[in-house]
Amino acid sequence: MTVLAHESDEELPAWSLPASAEEALRVHSPWPPEVSREWAWGGATGAGVRVCILDSGVELDHPLVGEVQRSVAVTKSEDGIVIADDDAGDLCGHGTACAGIVRMLAPECELTSVRVLGAGYTGSAAVLMAGLEWAIEQRFDIINMSLSTTKKQYVDRLHELADAAYFKRTMLVASAHNMPVDSFPWRFASVISVGSHESTDPYLVYANPSPPVEFFARGLMVEVAWLGGETITATGNSFATPHVAGICALILSKHPHLTPFQLKSALHLAAGNVEA
Amino acid sequence: MSDLRAAVGAGVFGADEAFRALLQATVETARAIFKAKASSVFLLDEATDELVFEAVAGEGADTLIGKRLPSDTGVAGWVLVTRQPLVVEDLTKDTRFARDAAESTGYVPRGLMAVPLLEEDRALGVLEVLDRPEQSAFTLAEMDLLGLFANQAAIALSLLQRARRAKAALDGEGELAAVAQFAARLEEADEDKREAGLALLRALGALLQ
Repeated sequence: MTVLAHESDEELPAWSLPASAEEALRVHSPWPPEVSREWAWGGATGAGVRVCILDSGVELDHPLVGEVQRSVAVTKSEDGIVIADDDAGDLCGHGTACAGIVRMLAPECELTSVRVLGAGYTGSAAVLMAGLEWAIEQRFDIINMSLSTTKKQYVDRLHELADAAYFKRTMLVASAHNMPVDSFPWRFASVISVGSHESTDPYLVYANPSPPVEFFARGLMVEVAWLGGETITATGNSFATPHVAGICALILSKHPHLTPFQLKSALHLAAGNVEA
Repeated sequence: MSDLRAAVGAGVFGADEAFRALLQATVETARAIFKAKASSVFLLDEATDELVFEAVAGEGADTLIGKRLPSDTGVAGWVLVTRQPLVVEDLTKDTRFARDAAESTGYVPRGLMAVPLLEEDRALGVLEVLDRPEQSAFTLAEMDLLGLFANQAAIALSLLQRARRAKAALDGEGELAAVAQFAARLEEADEDKREAGLALLRALGALLQ
């Protein structure tokens, strides 16, 4: 399994642009004079957008989650990393919570669960990397990553994967850390990083003029889906993240031509604190 | 850090107890700051891939120390693996969590705050604060406070780990243990023997230079 930024579908990379090719390169990009929430996702349902929840698994048949298209688990065995279909559900409740938030915002999106919990602490980073690599290969439109690693030996590879996703039109939406430590991948520019605000509006996003945290979304006292078909109240950036993933699903369902670069721009322009 | 440096830095003998006391003071303070019913620190045992109750304040203080849980399941496991802090209320609705908590700890919290204890790129364990006052609304400022507090708890846990590693090295069969035993005998010896021993040590030092 190798996903590299230069492995695109085109035979040759565009190292330069000869004058004769300028016409073929024209891109139709219909942006309005002012990007509003209404333009960005008004009337959208998330239909046609594939969202991957990279987390603790998702409980099947939870009323707030609905249909999960596919559930796989990444596990570690003596022969190495194994990725296989899985019916164990959720080992914690957190993945179900994230899936429920995305479903609430984008009711018609397609959800896939990739479980990266269950290999013990010692196997966790390798399993996370393999799960992310698999998800990028599947070309999901959005990957929700309410998690991070602090292990420095994985940073280069993680960076490479984040950039590969960005150029393959997969938007990684990752939780920022509110602790004084270096963790990844939320610090990378090719992902959307998310922290929490205290408003109760699930559609309200703030763009942070002082990154590395680029956006703030609802993350305080959120009622979320949990194990056993239940709901609980939860707080943390890890719940703000699926709010942004859900809003991104809405934007992409209405504007499927948007690249991750444009999607991030649309999110910025529709943010509650950005004025024309 | 080498075991020798760790041993010297930790003051070695008695350090385990001192750092345990520091960790205990940390959970007592966490419980007081958040007006919670209980607070605990789990240490990650990498050899067995388990979380171990290392310090407990409040509910369960008498019974939980030393109890073990899998390192990657439940809320504490999720927090350890993902490095993300989490605050959850209404956990009693989660029947699996309630059953597991009742079986392993005898106490089922209504809500908990859990935060990873991190030292550079290593995750050392998890700090949990159980059952804040029911009527008080949670704020993001408290979340930040929890993160800052976890930083301090991580330092205490790291010191305890180093002291234990150093003590294990000194109690073992290696060169460091031999030197430690020699130092202990020297300390116990009468003045004449100690002088002779030190003279021998000086000669050994010159030989090894």
